[in-house]
Amino acid sequence: MEGTLNALVVLANYVVIPATAYGAQLALGALGVTLVFGILRFSNFAHGDSMAFGAAVTILTVWALQAAGVSIYPLPTALLALPVGIAATAVLMILTDRAVYRFYRRQKANPIILVIVSIGVMFIMNGLVRFVIGTEDIRFDDGARFIVDVRGFKAATGLAEGLAIRSAQVTTLVTAVAFVAALFWFLNRTRTGKSMRAFSDNEDLALLSGIDPERVVAVTWIITAALATTAGVLYGLDKSFWPTTYFQLLLPIFAAAVVGGLGSPLGAIAGGFLVAFSEVAVTYAFRRAAGHVMPEAWMPEGLVQLLSTDYKFAVSFMILVVVLLFRPTGLFRGTAS
Amino acid sequence: MAGAHLLGEAMTGGYGATDILHACTIEARPGEIAVIVGPNGAGKSTAMKAIFGMLRLRGGRVSLGGEDITRLSPQDRVARGMAFVPQTSNIFPALSVEENLEMGAFLRRDAIRATMEQVFALFPVLRDKRRQAAGELSGGQRQQVAVGRALMTRPRVLMLDEPTAGVSPIVMDELFDRVIEIARTGLTILMVEQNARQALEIAHRGFVLVQGHNAYTDTGAALLANPEVRRSFLGG
Repeated sequence: MEGTLNALVVLANYVVIPATAYGAQLALGALGVTLVFGILRFSNFAHGDSMAFGAAVTILTVWALQAAGVSIYPLPTALLALPVGIAATAVLMILTDRAVYRFYRRQKANPIILVIVSIGVMFIMNGLVRFVIGTEDIRFDDGARFIVDVRGFKAATGLAEGLAIRSAQVTTLVTAVAFVAALFWFLNRTRTGKSMRAFSDNEDLALLSGIDPERVVAVTWIITAALATTAGVLYGLDKSFWPTTYFQLLLPIFAAAVVGGLGSPLGAIAGGFLVAFSEVAVTYAFRRAAGHVMPEAWMPEGLVQLLSTDYKFAVSFMILVVVLLFRPTGLFRGTAS
Repeated sequence: MAGAHLLGEAMTGGYGATDILHACTIEARPGEIAVIVGPNGAGKSTAMKAIFGMLRLRGGRVSLGGEDITRLSPQDRVARGMAFVPQTSNIFPALSVEENLEMGAFLRRDAIRATMEQVFALFPVLRDKRRQAAGELSGGQRQQVAVGRALMTRPRVLMLDEPTAGVSPIVMDELFDRVIEIARTGLTILMVEQNARQALEIAHRGFVLVQGHNAYTDTGAALLANPEVRRSFLGG
C-alpha cells in the first residue's frame, strides 16, 4: 500500500505536475496560433518569437519595478509587469499587420504566401528580441519558490518520497485558467467576440452583415498578443527565459494546435495538454516509480525510459505526423485546409 | 417595415471582358414579389449580383427608392436597407441559430429583440433550435436561418438567390408561403428561382431572362398563361 502511494507521489512529482504546467503554457500558445489561423487563415510562424518579445518586454518591466522597489511577494513581479508586455506586443503586432500582412491580405494572397511572410516576420522579431534583451539565459521568478516543498511533504505524510509544487507551476495554471475563461467569455458572449467567430466561419457573409474586417483583424492581433505574452512569461517563470527556447517551442505549439484541430479553441487546449503529457511521459525514466511497486527480482536493468530527453521534440513531431496522416482535421474538427 | 422601389435599369456588364448582362432591366415594388426566371446560364444570379453591387456595371443604373446606388459597395447597400441571401454558404454554420440572427443585426445599435421575435414568429422551428449550431440543421431549416438573418437588418428590400435550391417540394411550398407572408408586411422582394412555375405562381412580377436579355416581362399570372413562355421555359 505504501509502495503504491510512494509510486503515485513520484509520478505526480515528476510527470503530472510538470506536464500540467507545461500543458497550460502550450495551450495558451496554441490558442494564439489557432486564433490567427481561424481568422487570418494562415499558420503564424512568428508566434514563438512573439512570445519571446512579450516575455522580454515583461522582464524589462520587472527590472524597472524591482529597481523602484515594487514587489507583490509571494507572487512574482512578472504578473504585475504582464500588462505592459501585452500592450507592447499588441502594438508591435498591429504595426506588423499594417506594414506587412495587410498588403498581402488586400491582394487576397494564397495562405502559403502568408506563411512564408510570417517566417520573415519571425526572423525580424527574433533579431529584435536579441537586440532588446540579449541572448543570455535569464531567471526572473522573484516570487516564493514553493507552495509544497519536499521536506514539508515528507514530514506531513511520513512517505519516503517527497512532493514539490513550485509556485510558478500554480501561477501558470491559475493564470492560464483565468485567461482561457476570459477568452471563451469574450468569444461567446460579446458582440465583438461573436463577430470574430462569424468572420472565421463565413467571411463573405460576415461582410454582407456589415462586420468590419479590419476591426476583426485588429482585435485578433490584440488577443493573440495577450495570449502569446502570457504564454511566454509563464514559460519563462516556470523554466527560464532564453530567446532560442521560444523558437523551439513552435513545434510543440503547432503540434498542439493541429492535434486539437486548427481553428478550434477548445482543441488547442486539449492539444496543449496532450502534447505536454506525451512529451513528459515518453521522456521520463519510470524506474524510480516502478521500484516502489515491483518486487526486487523483477526490476529491469535500465531506466525504463522510452526516449532520452534530448529527443523530446521528436514526440511533438511524431504526434504531428500521426494526426496529419490519420485525422487531418484534428480531434475537434477544426477548419484545417 | 415599409419597402422601397428597387430598379435595375438597362444593366450591362459581366465578370471579365465579356458581358453577361445586356441592357437587362429588373424592377421590384414595395409589397410585391418579383421573380427572375430563365434557363441555366441566362444570367439570373448575375442580374441579382449586379443589383446588389457585387458586379461592376459597364452600363445602366441601379436605384433604390429613387436614390441612385449604382456606385455603392454591397456593404453600403446593406446600410441603405438591402438584404441579400446568397444561394450557398448563407449561414454561419458554427454559430448558434440565435447568434446567426444577432450577426444579421450587427449594424443595428438599437434593441433587436423585437425583430428576433418577428423572425421566430415567421419561422417557429428556429425558436426551438435557437441554441443549436446552424450547421447542424436540415437544409430547409438552414434556409430559414439564412432568410431570418437577412430580415434582422430590418431591410426595405429582401433579395433571395434560389432560396429553394436543394430542398424538398414540401419545404419549398412552405418557404414560398413564408415569402408571401414577408411581402404582405410591405417589404420588396426580389427572387431568383430555378423552380420557375411555382415561383411565377406567387410572383406579382416576372422577368424571363435569356442570355442576359429580357425575353419576357409581365405579371406572374400572365407569364404562366403565355403559351410561348410555357412552351420554352415551363415545359409545356
